Amino acid sequence: MNEITKENFLWSALKIGLLGGAIALFICLIGMTEIFSKRAVIEKVITLGQFVLLAISVSCGLIAARRTSQLLRSPSAFSGLTAGLVAGLTVGLVLALFILAGDKINFRAVFLNASPALYKVLTFEKGIGGAWILPAAGAISGLLGAAFPLIPTSVRRPLFHAVLFLFFMALFSGLFRVVIINQGEKGEKIAKYLFGQTGMTVPGASIFFVLVGAISAFWSAFGKQIKTSASNLPKGGKIGLRVVAIVIIGIIALGLPRVSGPFIAQVIVIVALYILMGLGLNVTLGFAGLLDLGFVAFYAIGAYTVGLLTSYGPFGMQHISFWAAVPIAVLVAMCAGFVLGLPVLGVRGDYLAIATLGFGEIVRLLAGSDFLINYFGGPQGVIGIQKPCIGVLEAFTKIDVPRMCRGIELKDPQDIYYLAIFSAILIAFVSWRLRESRLGRAWMAIREDEDVAEALGINLIQTKLLAYMLGAAMAGLGGAIFATLIGSIFASSMQLIVSINVVALIIVGGMGSIPGVIVGAIALIGLPELLREVSEFRYLLYGAVLIIMMLVKPEGLWPSQAAKRELHHLDAEAGTEL
Amino acid sequence: MNKRLFTLLSLLVIASMALTACGTAATQAPAATDAPAATDAPAATDAPAAAYECTDALGCVKIAPDEPLHMAFWGVLSGADSSLGEDSKRGVEIAIDDKGGKLLGHDILLTTEDALCTPEGGATAASKLATDTSIVALVGSTCSDETVGGIAAITQAGLTTISPSNTRPALTDPNRGPDYAGYLRTAHSDAFQGKAVAEFAYNFLGVRKAATIHDGSAYAQALQQVFSDNFKELGGEIVAQEAVAKDATDMKPVLTTIAAKQPEFIYYPVFVAVGGYITAQVRDVPGLEDVKLAGSDGIFSPDFLKASGPNVEGVYLSSPDFSAFTGDYAGFLKKHEAKYGGSTLSTFHAHAYDAANIIFAALEKVAVVEADGTVYVPRQALRDAIYATKDFPGITGNLSCSPSGDCGAPVIAVYQVVNADPASWNPADPTNPNPKKVWP
Amino acid sequence: MRTSFGERMLDLVVTGFLWGIRIAILLAIVIGTIVTVSKGHYTSEQWIGFVVFGVAQGAIYALIALGYTMVYGILRMINFAHGDIFMTGAFGAYFVATWLNTIGFVDRNPFLGLLIPVLFAMILAAAIAMLVERIAYRPLRNAPRLVPLISAIGASFFLEYAFRGFFGPGKYAYPPIKALDGGWTIFNVEIQKVQVLVVAAAAIMMAILYFIVMYTKVGKAMRAVSESQDTAALMGIDVNRIIVSTFALGAAMAGAAGVLFSLVYRQIDFFMGFTPGIKAFTAAVLGGIGNIPGAMVGGLVLGVFESIGPSLFLEGLGIPRPYQLKDVIAYTMLVMILLFRPSGILGERLSKKKA
Repeated sequence: MNEITKENFLWSALKIGLLGGAIALFICLIGMTEIFSKRAVIEKVITLGQFVLLAISVSCGLIAARRTSQLLRSPSAFSGLTAGLVAGLTVGLVLALFILAGDKINFRAVFLNASPALYKVLTFEKGIGGAWILPAAGAISGLLGAAFPLIPTSVRRPLFHAVLFLFFMALFSGLFRVVIINQGEKGEKIAKYLFGQTGMTVPGASIFFVLVGAISAFWSAFGKQIKTSASNLPKGGKIGLRVVAIVIIGIIALGLPRVSGPFIAQVIVIVALYILMGLGLNVTLGFAGLLDLGFVAFYAIGAYTVGLLTSYGPFGMQHISFWAAVPIAVLVAMCAGFVLGLPVLGVRGDYLAIATLGFGEIVRLLAGSDFLINYFGGPQGVIGIQKPCIGVLEAFTKIDVPRMCRGIELKDPQDIYYLAIFSAILIAFVSWRLRESRLGRAWMAIREDEDVAEALGINLIQTKLLAYMLGAAMAGLGGAIFATLIGSIFASSMQLIVSINVVALIIVGGMGSIPGVIVGAIALIGLPELLREVSEFRYLLYGAVLIIMMLVKPEGLWPSQAAKRELHHLDAEAGTEL
Repeated sequence: MNKRLFTLLSLLVIASMALTACGTAATQAPAATDAPAATDAPAATDAPAAAYECTDALGCVKIAPDEPLHMAFWGVLSGADSSLGEDSKRGVEIAIDDKGGKLLGHDILLTTEDALCTPEGGATAASKLATDTSIVALVGSTCSDETVGGIAAITQAGLTTISPSNTRPALTDPNRGPDYAGYLRTAHSDAFQGKAVAEFAYNFLGVRKAATIHDGSAYAQALQQVFSDNFKELGGEIVAQEAVAKDATDMKPVLTTIAAKQPEFIYYPVFVAVGGYITAQVRDVPGLEDVKLAGSDGIFSPDFLKASGPNVEGVYLSSPDFSAFTGDYAGFLKKHEAKYGGSTLSTFHAHAYDAANIIFAALEKVAVVEADGTVYVPRQALRDAIYATKDFPGITGNLSCSPSGDCGAPVIAVYQVVNADPASWNPADPTNPNPKKVWP
Repeated sequence: MRTSFGERMLDLVVTGFLWGIRIAILLAIVIGTIVTVSKGHYTSEQWIGFVVFGVAQGAIYALIALGYTMVYGILRMINFAHGDIFMTGAFGAYFVATWLNTIGFVDRNPFLGLLIPVLFAMILAAAIAMLVERIAYRPLRNAPRLVPLISAIGASFFLEYAFRGFFGPGKYAYPPIKALDGGWTIFNVEIQKVQVLVVAAAAIMMAILYFIVMYTKVGKAMRAVSESQDTAALMGIDVNRIIVSTFALGAAMAGAAGVLFSLVYRQIDFFMGFTPGIKAFTAAVLGGIGNIPGAMVGGLVLGVFESIGPSLFLEGLGIPRPYQLKDVIAYTMLVMILLFRPSGILGERLSKKKA
């Protein structure tokens, strides 16, 4: 990038267009276009499928124009626009070629999604004669993309934000619609005005567009002023501002499940459970640097302990209450952490990763095996787990009959929500205190350099074992709440992918950072859960997001201070390559 | 210069708008004609609201004239088991196509929810569907675990779901509890099937020493246990009960272990992957060259032939009795081929097709249609109507639903594969069936 | 050295516990074996059969493990997407082989009919691996150790679900090859032609790979880069090119393994790479990650233990349905070996470097 290449700018635009065309073709062939074309961004105006294809050619135009201004000694607006046109046109031409070729060759022999329905969508149901539409649309949108940098910043930013927001709303429109409809009659009217069954309505989209544009414009105009005036506030004022913010957030958090219904509550509970696991792994991996790819084992141990102790089903052992079972579950998980920690103490780096992965798999396999079927129910699982009861729990009578609760029973996800949120906050506080403690500093010393830490007088065995045990305890608590949330546990819930998710959310959030864990859990667990409607592509998008996230923000979304410093240091070192 | 650029830009914007309008005008043409109706919808709905009083115990779903009739499918759509859910989903989609995409004058909208084949996935999917008050009924789930996790939320929301592929006996037990009031299934309980295979093996084949293999799934584990209990009761001997991991590929070691016990018959009621590996490898193991093999409906599909290769000839498969199939199964397969380009993915597409059609029939029975096209669906009445289904001509047989939610025809037959070519798969063919019915 | 009483006690507990685990596992193995053998359920032909099955399975593990180990040796990075590269190879070969089969080429010329799909699979797998390296790994060369791991996990999901999108969730069956039907009987043990082919092909490919790494210029450069990237760069080695060729070479091995796998087991689907990927990774660690002969040894050991372990150890201990716990044996053995040799069977050299 630093050296000036003599590349022709049109040639480079063509290359960008070809790349965009390849991406567009990929999206078509995996069946995304066909399915997305059933969903609208704005009803009767543009479908999600069209929007995605347009977005590709617009970005190609934009990138081509940018590249042109770098390639040419004296870039003009005209050359930029030409490059954009070429890039956008190429994207469209690739798809048009695909349509024309598809008329002769049966791509479906290999690619299942090269279906008649796809051609219909791509030719706008005009048959083979409709093939010209895409190149034309591509050229125009490429031009638009190229023209984008020419707009003054004050207009450009709000425009960009508004379009981005529309896309976001399009993805979640079904969810918003349902939640607003459930707020009674007025809500139903508002929701039906703003959203249709498949996307936003025209008035809805216009309202959001104008609103977001206005807010963005306002912020870019006055944002700096507000920020400085806020930072110029006297100390008391600042604290007051913070208190107000916390109170508002608290009220929203308390009222949310009542307003939103069971689904949002369920998703938040699951996010909270992953936060618990994430905070646990954050102790072992984030603080002490011990990679654990089998973290689900502790989650499973916590869940099975609570299940076996409280279940009124055939495998119930003690029939104690949930509240009595939770401390036992945490303790058992802690012991498991000790037992796992011991043999792998001497194992370093990636050997550790596979050893812990093995431990997670062993726990899952044993729990679901016929060997221990009389204790854990094998594939039939442990069912009939008692819900938490605030009040008096009546005595156990017979198998398969739940114990009566006189008082408040936390039955629905909306009730367990409070339990999960409280636990997450509690554990976040505990791990914050841990990090600031002597023990926390010892962990971080081990993470940075084991040998130096040992030389400094840190007892490696003790410190490492504590990291495993405390991490395991937190995951065990998560498992305990999981057991009571679902009411039944099966070994098949304890897959390797849970452990992978937990590692990913820590890195995406920012290693060693407590708010990072929360942000990571929301981004990697919460958003995909909310995006259930695109179920076939959930993991595809998840994978793409993981890669992009690592490329763009390798230090994580909310990195800890130390990690930030380190990475910037590295950036400076690797500056030539970037 | 800036000014000129702006004019150019605005021209471009206008041009592109016109172009998209061109494109969308064609795709949305039918919808566009509905638009005028939409504008006076509020006025129209106010009046009938007074005319129709919803007295249903679970409330009613109101569908305004311009709104679609909303149904949902929940089941596993990602991960290793996704072909099971995808297969059932296609059954529902074909059922909708057969109705021309419309019922009671409304377009049918099908939402799908991934339930991941786990109880927590089922719980999340169910809670999402329960939140959406526009949904009238559901088809799903695919895995019994999903139902265990999610059924409470669905029943409490006043919804009713019909599962095409849950076979766990407890789900339709007469004492299954109030949470299951909204649950029915067109699949048959494992209890019937395991017993039928045991009788077939003991009485028809005359074998006395049998072995079983399961893959650690709840389905296979329960089914082989039912078989073993019944086979022993008849007087036979179970010489080995083995199990493999769901993702195992090399079956020769476990088969060698079984060979050492010298069974005459091996029953492996598993899914396609494991079933295929066992069938393909069993003849290579010394001592098992002539052993008789049997599986169940989990592998009753052309995919199983594909996965097993030439060894599959002669394998017995238990399944619902296709000669009791009254509908046009061959026609269904043709539609499937045209729509999805390829053979069916698993066993339960026909059950899903029937489940959707039972719901359609019940909807047509109970829905109240106003003059302007507004439809009211009383929920309890719909649930009752589904339970009251009697002699419904489905493609899996004449279906009647029991008070505990069993709609599947529990007529189990045993078939034998006569041709290893997956393309020849057609158990319903009158002249040249493959696999061919051998019992009863 | 000041060590408190508590610390010394802890050390004692730890050492005692570790030895306890070692002795317990060894005892379980020995007792299980003695009981099983004394019961005499199995003939010696059956025991040899177990070993043969295990070697065939292990050869495939070893081929996949090579890719893990090569990439690890050079970049100190777990290439989580490697199992899916294996899957792409299988799919590529499937389409070529099916086409060759329908035009009757395979029956006329079985050798080429086998070789062409293998070559195609190797090229396809290498191309995809290079693409993945360029997009998802190269920009992260200097990032902290776990960042490329997450990126690799992302790439793994992406590949799996992209192929699910292309080809659907259903199963594909590799066309049967008539020339490979049947087998030979040696010492009363029947050995399948396919098994012989798999082991032979794996051996040949590993030999070629070993030759490339030890004796060619590229191989020498690879070893240099794995010792130290900076020094290698100073010596005039194009580090990027060497890393890319490492990925390509490892992926080609995985692609070939994909074909061998589908020849033996027939079934192809988008998720098929996941479990073999994890197993191969285990094999690589078992043998000492970063060490090429180690990957081969690790794969074979893992395959044989998985095949023979359930009958030999678990059955004697009276555990029902031992084959369900095959993976438990694999992972327990892994932990066991790491207990005795924390850097794998042959992993001496690399263990001194910090992973």
